[in-house]
Amino acid sequence: MREFATEVVESDVLILGGGMGGCGVALEAAYWAKAAGLSVKLVDKAAIDRSGAIAMGLSAINTYMGQDGKVTHDQHTPEEFVEYVTNDQMGLTRQDLVYDMARHVDSSVKHFDKWGLPIWKDEAGNYSKSGKWQVMISGESYKVIVAEAAKNALGMDNIYERIVITHLLKDEKDPNRVCGAVGFSTREDKFYVFKAKAVYCGMGGAVGIFRPRSQGEALGRSWYPPFNSGTTYALMLLAGAELTQMDVTFVPPRFKDSYGPVGTFFLLFKTPALDAYDQPYVFSYLSETDNWAPYSKVKPTPTPVRNYEMILATKAGKAPLMMHTEGAAERIKKETPDPKEQKKELRKFENEAWEDFLDMTISGATNWAAHNVDPLEKPMEIMTGDPVFIGSHASSVGAWCCGAEDLMPAEYKADFPGQYNLMTTVMGLFTGADGVGASAHKFSSGSHVTGRIAGKAAVKLAYDSKDYTPAVSDETINKLKETVLRPLALYEEKSTYTTTPDINPEYVSPNMFMFRLQKIMGENAGGWETLYGTSDKMLEQALWKLGLCGEDTEKIGAADLHDLERAWENIHRYWVAEACARTRMARKESRWPGYYHKYDYLKLDEGQKHFVNVKYDVSKKEWEVIERPMVPII
Amino acid sequence: MPSFVMREKCDGCKGQDKTACMYICPNDLMKLDKDGSVTGVPMKAYNQEPAYCWECYSCVKICPQQAIDVRGYADFMPLGAASTPLRGTSDIMWTIKFRDGRIKRFKYPIRTTTEGSIKALEGFPEAKVEGLSNQLLLGEPDIMGVKELPTRK
Repeated sequence: MREFATEVVESDVLILGGGMGGCGVALEAAYWAKAAGLSVKLVDKAAIDRSGAIAMGLSAINTYMGQDGKVTHDQHTPEEFVEYVTNDQMGLTRQDLVYDMARHVDSSVKHFDKWGLPIWKDEAGNYSKSGKWQVMISGESYKVIVAEAAKNALGMDNIYERIVITHLLKDEKDPNRVCGAVGFSTREDKFYVFKAKAVYCGMGGAVGIFRPRSQGEALGRSWYPPFNSGTTYALMLLAGAELTQMDVTFVPPRFKDSYGPVGTFFLLFKTPALDAYDQPYVFSYLSETDNWAPYSKVKPTPTPVRNYEMILATKAGKAPLMMHTEGAAERIKKETPDPKEQKKELRKFENEAWEDFLDMTISGATNWAAHNVDPLEKPMEIMTGDPVFIGSHASSVGAWCCGAEDLMPAEYKADFPGQYNLMTTVMGLFTGADGVGASAHKFSSGSHVTGRIAGKAAVKLAYDSKDYTPAVSDETINKLKETVLRPLALYEEKSTYTTTPDINPEYVSPNMFMFRLQKIMGENAGGWETLYGTSDKMLEQALWKLGLCGEDTEKIGAADLHDLERAWENIHRYWVAEACARTRMARKESRWPGYYHKYDYLKLDEGQKHFVNVKYDVSKKEWEVIERPMVPII
Repeated sequence: MPSFVMREKCDGCKGQDKTACMYICPNDLMKLDKDGSVTGVPMKAYNQEPAYCWECYSCVKICPQQAIDVRGYADFMPLGAASTPLRGTSDIMWTIKFRDGRIKRFKYPIRTTTEGSIKALEGFPEAKVEGLSNQLLLGEPDIMGVKELPTRK
């Protein structure tokens, strides 16, 4: 096979992923590294101006306390936020992590404001809240602005773009320490080795593990971006880190097909969502949803229960469920009878409604126009989407992380090899944003701030280990290089055996491998195909077939560098699928109805109010399931 | 199809090594066809994997020739509609064309400062290594408008 050059890059702190979290790490680590005399480098598989989940933009910042009181309404404390998140997550959350994010989150939003993000304000300069925790923004350039600050803090010389990270490096003298990462460029034949004292792993959540609802060219119109392929979770898992709540995938209830956002319609416009017979489906199935009391009884209703109401309405023959955007227009007409004033208010609503879509899900706007639907006149259908792995929204898969010194319950301390904030159970391995498990509702601002928390802690660890040098042999590097490039070598060796490279008995394409994974997960492990239901026996079947997928990760062929990128994304997806199925097997209850149901354990069981964590030992090829207690701090 | 490149308008970013769309696409979809073996004309960009397009419009917004547009996913969108942006330094203009020919236009702010003006670490006290042991992040607690960072102990 053709020769790939190897480039070795050394730094004290290494940031993997330049999304909201990674940009937060860059800002904070650059600040503290200057004092400590340390170097920081960042790697991204795309261009950080438009990488990560905020690439398209965003129309609201969903997590803001307003601790200074300069908000139009709804000033809240971190304590209140923790109570809200705990109930939304059906009683299970790492309250110490949620509290830490909440007490810092306003500071990131204030930085964004200073940098030039247009935040909606009243005449007195107070931030316009649309709900309890949400601040409205004109956020088309949200990520561009946050990236500019990260670049400015770090310097472009320290940023490596278009490099796909495939593995973390483990220290050969200290088996529980991470000391770098390897990957390859998608622009030239080059293999990269990054060595560092502290590594931040934050490359987003994962879609495309469960089967997307659209299977043609709209395969990529996942609610969360299709380039989020589970690399964060797979890499941490394979480095020996403990992952938590890998069963709790988020199912987004959104405008059907386009996945246009619903939050602003519910909160700001007070838009009615009704069943096909114009009746509310919310609170209409209490005889069933009451099984999830006390959580289901608290307002706001937890997200999984609201999803479940949509499923129950569908099963009762009441679909399609409709978002009555025209109902919001009618309300405005009623409330403002003066014709001139009414016209102004309607125009404002129209502007804001379209901006909500154009800022973050442009397909949603085009979908209205393609169906000749003016939202001021007609409703559109809403539906639950395909399950995604996410650490920052209304569910939280990710690593089991160390909390802040002044917040973390003593019961968790022994789980970590050192007391560094947002470090995983592996020394030197940090995460934030979608990477931190059991701490939902970070959203964009909380993702940035968890990155900052991890960034400062990573500098501290690097400073504390001034005499430490990563121990990685050339033999290890060469072996990894061979593994990383294997899909290219396999294709090159075998592809001429048949008349078309697409069909070959010796390898599978990255795409077909992904479809196989999606079929197993969707049909046996709780995708939309079974209305998000699975059972122990279905999971047994899934795990058997996943095992064969695991063997075939070595048989993925790649025609070029772009294919090689897809090959590794899908290998990472495979590991996340395994972790999910194993965690679902271990949980013998249905705690998050509307996210996933165990059809053989239909109800909530408070006897199982604990975290289910998984761990993988690469050398022994052994999985371990660990129960961790829920220790409240509030 | 998601994003597509108009043959007449694309100039391959004037023969540079990489095009603006290649640079920006978060999913590595845009490719420059240097020898014309894919598009039939040398030095034109194309979307190499339409089914992985998120329709994020990053390529549409950055293209210096306005040579890129998006045709809504054929799986579920009837033909004939388009959302077309014109992104400036402080605003974005959107033209929405309905299937039945209706047109709507919207303009939204995108940033309040000049592009490239951010000095992220300026205006804050210099960091000291002793500070690594406390809970305060850059600018805190002052930037939040509170006297001290909340804690539970």
